Amino acid sequence: MVATTTARPAAALVAPSGGARSHQGWRVTPWLFLLVPVALLVTFTYVPVANMVWYSFTDWDGLDPVMNPVGLANYARIFGDPAYFQVFLVSLYYLAGAAVQLVLALYFATVLSFNTRFRNVFKGLIFFPYLINGVAIGLVFLYFFRPGGTLDALLALVGVDAPAQWLGDPSVINVSLAATSVWRFMGLNFVLFLGAIQSIPTELYEAAELDGATSWHKFRYIILPGIKKIVGLSAILAVSGSLSVFEIPYIMTGGANGSATFVIQTVQAAFTHHNFGLASAMGVLLLVIVLVITWIQRRFVPDEKVDLT
Amino acid sequence: MKALLGPVGIVLKYASLFVASAVAVLPLVVIGMAAFKPTQEFATSAPLSPPESWAYLGNFVTAFTRGGMLQGFVNTSIILVVSLVGTVIIGTMAAYALDRFDFRGKKLVVALFLVATLVPGVTTQVATFQIINSLGLFNTRGAAIVLFMGTDIVAIYIFWQFMQSIPRSLDEAAMLDGANRLSIFARIIFPLLKPAIATVVIIKGIAIYNEFYIPFLYMPKQDLAVISTSLFRFQGPFGAQWEVIAAGTVLVILPTLAAFLFLQRFIYSGLTQGATK
Repeated sequence: MVATTTARPAAALVAPSGGARSHQGWRVTPWLFLLVPVALLVTFTYVPVANMVWYSFTDWDGLDPVMNPVGLANYARIFGDPAYFQVFLVSLYYLAGAAVQLVLALYFATVLSFNTRFRNVFKGLIFFPYLINGVAIGLVFLYFFRPGGTLDALLALVGVDAPAQWLGDPSVINVSLAATSVWRFMGLNFVLFLGAIQSIPTELYEAAELDGATSWHKFRYIILPGIKKIVGLSAILAVSGSLSVFEIPYIMTGGANGSATFVIQTVQAAFTHHNFGLASAMGVLLLVIVLVITWIQRRFVPDEKVDLT
Repeated sequence: MKALLGPVGIVLKYASLFVASAVAVLPLVVIGMAAFKPTQEFATSAPLSPPESWAYLGNFVTAFTRGGMLQGFVNTSIILVVSLVGTVIIGTMAAYALDRFDFRGKKLVVALFLVATLVPGVTTQVATFQIINSLGLFNTRGAAIVLFMGTDIVAIYIFWQFMQSIPRSLDEAAMLDGANRLSIFARIIFPLLKPAIATVVIIKGIAIYNEFYIPFLYMPKQDLAVISTSLFRFQGPFGAQWEVIAAGTVLVILPTLAAFLFLQRFIYSGLTQGATK
């Protein structure tokens, strides 16, 4: 990088119309533009990943200058200790939530792609929760689920007098939290699907109507193939998203009552129990899982453009 | 598109839309109503009943002054402005280099950016923390700023995509007039990128305003609290005062609502562009 910075004035001095200048410019100038972006990228993405892999084989506490190599002990602990492995079960609730979320988003995107009164109002209302600050959402739903809160009041209207402890009962808490997550993120999937449906050329529907196609036929043979790619991408993001859930449960419960997720556990291992080695091993494991899932998607869902015409 | 539904289908369709809208809005309306109830009224009234008067603003005053929200808005604004300016400059520069130059190592750089999109930031925080710490940025606004600037690959893609639609003949004409690469970038390309810049500013601005994890982890100091972390701290001191927590929550949501009402079109198209990169 030193060579590039010193070469720049020389390049600027050469006559503007000369071929030499542009040749020189082609070589050195791109790196001047890339210096800062690449430095930030390496410092805050690649160096952390490399360090994390290294820490994961040590017993580092995050403060001590000494780190002792411990081999695979941290990994053995994650897989051997049920307390650490159990959190993966929690992500199943969010995975189920993500499936519900995608189906709902697909339904509302399809419905609103047909002529509908107040279409923009409905679109805005369904989408808006996605834009709200995560802490605000956490507090809104703490209020919603608390004993005697909004949900209990609503249930009392239909005659339910002994509602569940939505956030107090370990067998219900993850359902409540996953539902909150669906409330928060459904709007994004919905808007992405709607955008993809609306980019399908209208002639296709007109032609289908001439052939006597029903709404179901249009959905099955025009809409679904047209949005296959974005639905596939969203499904993959939903899977890796449900493994790395953090904000909603951390803000609402701090991971209490069996609601700790893998990332909450990682953060606690590092910053509460000062076990950076173990936390790094958990980080590496999550990273590997996410990369494998993405690889599977790239491998089995080819990145071809869907040709509808 | 013409709807081909029977009357029953139409009723079901609108019923489902009304239910979805109610589910989206109700939790927010209820917390909005709580924010206007004085302590006494809050304790005795049902959650679903509206406040006796919509003119009582005591909870908002308490949230704003004793809850440290003013500080939060100031810190969020500083971080927002600096990170956005940085992201735009860095992102457009990177996109310019990648779109307008052929050079050795270009494939490697593109691959570095591509692979980085696969690394979820949340997994590497344990190690990122050490880097922020060793740079002396822990407990400074700089921590959030460099992280927001350094990790936005989506912004680079949006700029890159848009730049491909700017004809290269403009660059060549300017070059014949003796302009160097920097002035071509600054005087010709950058101004033409305005729509893409608007998209990135809006989408990224909302993301920074909503970010909780980064300020929570890297800026625990009380007077560095941003809007998310100051609201998060409401749970302690105002633990039993839901009407004050509700008011704080409303104060945090209002700017988002305003941004959404004015910028809807940009938000929708920005999200679509960012996702289909």
